[in-house]
Amino acid sequence: MDRRQFIGGASALAVGAMAPGAVSAQAAQEISFFYPVAVGGPITKLIDAYAADFQKDNPGVAVKPIYAGSYQETIVKALTAHKSGTPPVTSVLLSTDMFTLIDEDAIIPFDEFVKTDADKAWLKSFYPAFMENSQTGGKTWGIPFQRSTVVLYWNKEAFKEAGLDPEKPPQTWAEQLDFAQKLTKRDAAGNVTQWGIQIPSSGFPYWLFQGLTTQAGAILANAAGNEVKLDAPEVVEALQYWIDLAQKHKVHPPGVTEWGTTPKDFFERKIAMMWTTTGNLTNVRNNAKFPFGVAMLPAGKRRGSPTGGGNFYIFKKSKPAEQQAAFNFIKWITTPERAARWGIDTGYVAVRADAWDTPAMKDYVAGFPAAAVARDQLPHAVAEFSTHDNQRVTKALNDGLQAAITGAKPPAQAMKDAQTEAMRILKDYK
Amino acid sequence: MTRLSRHVTGWLLVLPAMAFLALFTHWPALATFIDSFWSTPKGRRPARFVGAENYQHMLSDPVFWKAAWNNLIFAIGTVPASIALALLMAVWVNDRLTGRTLLRMAYFTPTILPMIAVANIWLFFFTPDYGLLDQLRGLFGGQPWPWLGSAETALACVIVVAVWKEAGFFMIFYLAALQQISPTLGEAAALEGASRWTYFRRVQWPLLMPTTLFVFVNAAINAFRMVDHIFVLTHGGPDNATTLLLYYVYEVGFKFWDTAYAAALTMVLLIALALIAAVQFGVIERRAHYR
Amino acid sequence: MSRPDPYAPRGLALTLETAGAWLLAIVWIAPLAYAIWTAFHPQEFSTRFVWNAPLTLENFARVLEAAPFGRYMLNTFVYVTFVLACQLVLCTLAAYGFARYDFFGANVAFALVLAQLMIMPDVLIVENYRTMTKLDLVDTAPGIALPYVASAFGVFLLRQTFKSVPKELDDAARVEGASPLQTLWRVYIPLARPVYVAYALVSISYHWNNFLWPLIVTNSVEARPLTVGLQIFAGVDQGIDWSVICTATLISAAPLLVAFLMFQRQFVQSFMRAGIR
Repeated sequence: MDRRQFIGGASALAVGAMAPGAVSAQAAQEISFFYPVAVGGPITKLIDAYAADFQKDNPGVAVKPIYAGSYQETIVKALTAHKSGTPPVTSVLLSTDMFTLIDEDAIIPFDEFVKTDADKAWLKSFYPAFMENSQTGGKTWGIPFQRSTVVLYWNKEAFKEAGLDPEKPPQTWAEQLDFAQKLTKRDAAGNVTQWGIQIPSSGFPYWLFQGLTTQAGAILANAAGNEVKLDAPEVVEALQYWIDLAQKHKVHPPGVTEWGTTPKDFFERKIAMMWTTTGNLTNVRNNAKFPFGVAMLPAGKRRGSPTGGGNFYIFKKSKPAEQQAAFNFIKWITTPERAARWGIDTGYVAVRADAWDTPAMKDYVAGFPAAAVARDQLPHAVAEFSTHDNQRVTKALNDGLQAAITGAKPPAQAMKDAQTEAMRILKDYK
Repeated sequence: MTRLSRHVTGWLLVLPAMAFLALFTHWPALATFIDSFWSTPKGRRPARFVGAENYQHMLSDPVFWKAAWNNLIFAIGTVPASIALALLMAVWVNDRLTGRTLLRMAYFTPTILPMIAVANIWLFFFTPDYGLLDQLRGLFGGQPWPWLGSAETALACVIVVAVWKEAGFFMIFYLAALQQISPTLGEAAALEGASRWTYFRRVQWPLLMPTTLFVFVNAAINAFRMVDHIFVLTHGGPDNATTLLLYYVYEVGFKFWDTAYAAALTMVLLIALALIAAVQFGVIERRAHYR
Repeated sequence: MSRPDPYAPRGLALTLETAGAWLLAIVWIAPLAYAIWTAFHPQEFSTRFVWNAPLTLENFARVLEAAPFGRYMLNTFVYVTFVLACQLVLCTLAAYGFARYDFFGANVAFALVLAQLMIMPDVLIVENYRTMTKLDLVDTAPGIALPYVASAFGVFLLRQTFKSVPKELDDAARVEGASPLQTLWRVYIPLARPVYVAYALVSISYHWNNFLWPLIVTNSVEARPLTVGLQIFAGVDQGIDWSVICTATLISAAPLLVAFLMFQRQFVQSFMRAGIR
């Protein structure tokens, strides 16, 4: 961000009370805002429009979005800037980065800004499933903004060809396996031409795996983020189910399957069902050349899926007046109407229940019922796996999963090793 | 020229470059070295001196050993292959085969294309089933294979992309060297009835030795710093099968934010590179004496 | 060069070698060929190669609409030119100093220069970012360029070349009363021209494709180079779209490709005369 343009007049802004016209447009307070998408593309146009609209409503404040690339690139930029003393005022980063940001002393809790009853009501309006990744130690550190969850997409044509009811997705693990077996097609030589199902396992396999573990009845991490249970019997059972799909039943492609190509695999009819993020809804709608359905993930002992995606954070090393202005912006952008509009425009799950009652959202769901699947799954959703030293612990889990999937270690052993490594890392945070 | 003016002029000439090097290379490197003996500062917990603790941790870190091992394989996989292919390409392009301008262009294009973008194209080539590689193998009845998704082949794929990226660049150096070999040597050898292989082995190869050394050192250094494609192709997976040292440094430094440990890992990397650089400096200086 | 080479392949050997050379060339050009195929065909043909697939420019429209490529191109051009210009000046001066002045501490200084051959700026990102913040150069072209302007490779290459210049030429210029800089300008630089061209090629292709540091140190459309702009299409969070990736790759690599096609003879000759080996 360009700090040179900061103008000393910022302190003239009384906290929370910005009378229009008191500050001229030239002396606008600039709020740098890191947003995880690369420059260009439709999403940046939306964010630019929000920033402009906010300035219209609040002439003293100019929100300056800085498009920083992927989530990983954005946190690298934000924390690098924080360490050299000039962080952004606010940023959207992964909800799972909360502990990392707290441990780096990079962010401040929202509680300091929540003063009026209206503010308190606002804080309570978000889905509890999303808030699980936003709160720890009795404080709220992040505000849900672009959140997602895992859902199952299925190819209705493939279902018809396999003699299945194209309108009925699998409801249970047993059904999921049974359908996948019927959907797997082999040619005369025995080569598979269409796989029943794909649950991708490159990059961040833990996220999709968390769908399976939740369904098996396990919770992987505690709310304090310093205790994990990766070797519980339910977890091993979930991993065994995943591996059996490929190795025993041969209805899932072998080896580690690439997250990035999974939608393409689906469009190419290489796979008949896939697990991926709700964020792919628009992509699938635009590119699938066949009718498709979107469903909640099938139930094991229960239904379940992790949430995912990004939260707003406010950075500690920025000026109090800037922080207050950023808070006002975050409140402004998460009103029910804007949350609904954002969900419709991007495919992310609208983060509060009353957003789904707005006329715009009702119209949208009526025309495209698949959009509501994520919402209906939210009561079953759990927090995304997140701990102190998050990416390191996550890597221990990812490595274990990939070791099991590639056959290097049996599932129980892989999870036991991951658990040992995770607890070694977390011992400093007890 | 007086002695004093010699010293002063010499220093004045090198000073601008030295100043920039000091600011952007020496100082940060020194800071990294110092950091490697301190703990990572976390928020309110400041860094404290821990001596060799980061290095001790490294010795017991299986991922470090895996990365070091992978890097060794990566070097063994890329360095000789790049050199051999570069030489082969140079010989062919030098031989005035049909359309050698086009050949030269084809061999050189990887140098021009940005790695971050072409890695995505290679991702398509390696995609199981409908990827280019499996489509071609399918013509001969081959079964689809998860090239990047299995521990046995992922590292090999990463090596192939690296060789593809750098061989054409090294070809230019060989081509330049080949064209400097006097044609009279070939004529003399032909008069003596030497076979083409003998001519290559006894005449061309020794004369190309300095180039080979130069290319060898550069390929060896590249083997420790070409990681852009790993970000796209495998993220170091499956289960660290393609994690190389610099990729691990990035992971520890910018994902785990353990800057102290990353500094220690960086020092290992720098020592490896220092050894290679020492070889280069020694060998090339000696070569300068030959002339 | 016009004399027949007795070891030029003939007959069957020629056929085999030509076939081998072309086979290898096909493999080497495959990614570029794929990029061209995919950029000019609709998305459903990005993985299917049918001879009569319809042609389209729609991908280009999408990509150009999605990102300000003109601006990125300009930024890259400014950055690459700035780096190269600084490199040429700084490296020439330093190389001349090392090659012809046996000054006090020259060996230590030269070893310090060579250290940069192995220390990659990518590893020193955090420290360098801190420095750039202090210098108030974050998000500017000099901010991207400065860590690279003193290039050990350039100093090394030019020093070798300058050393091979006969001392008598230097002395002759001095007798005529030329200052050190005038000698450098009149004697050394003209003789080293091929080395400069070869070095420029290496430097340009490196910086045109440089990614990690520009990503960290730039924030705005006004400063970001092509590669950083390109990654918008390389992000895989919501699945890969090879059509736009390939199109964007073509657009950003086109200037270099065209330049190389036009000047490749000169480049190769420069390398030959530079005696880089």
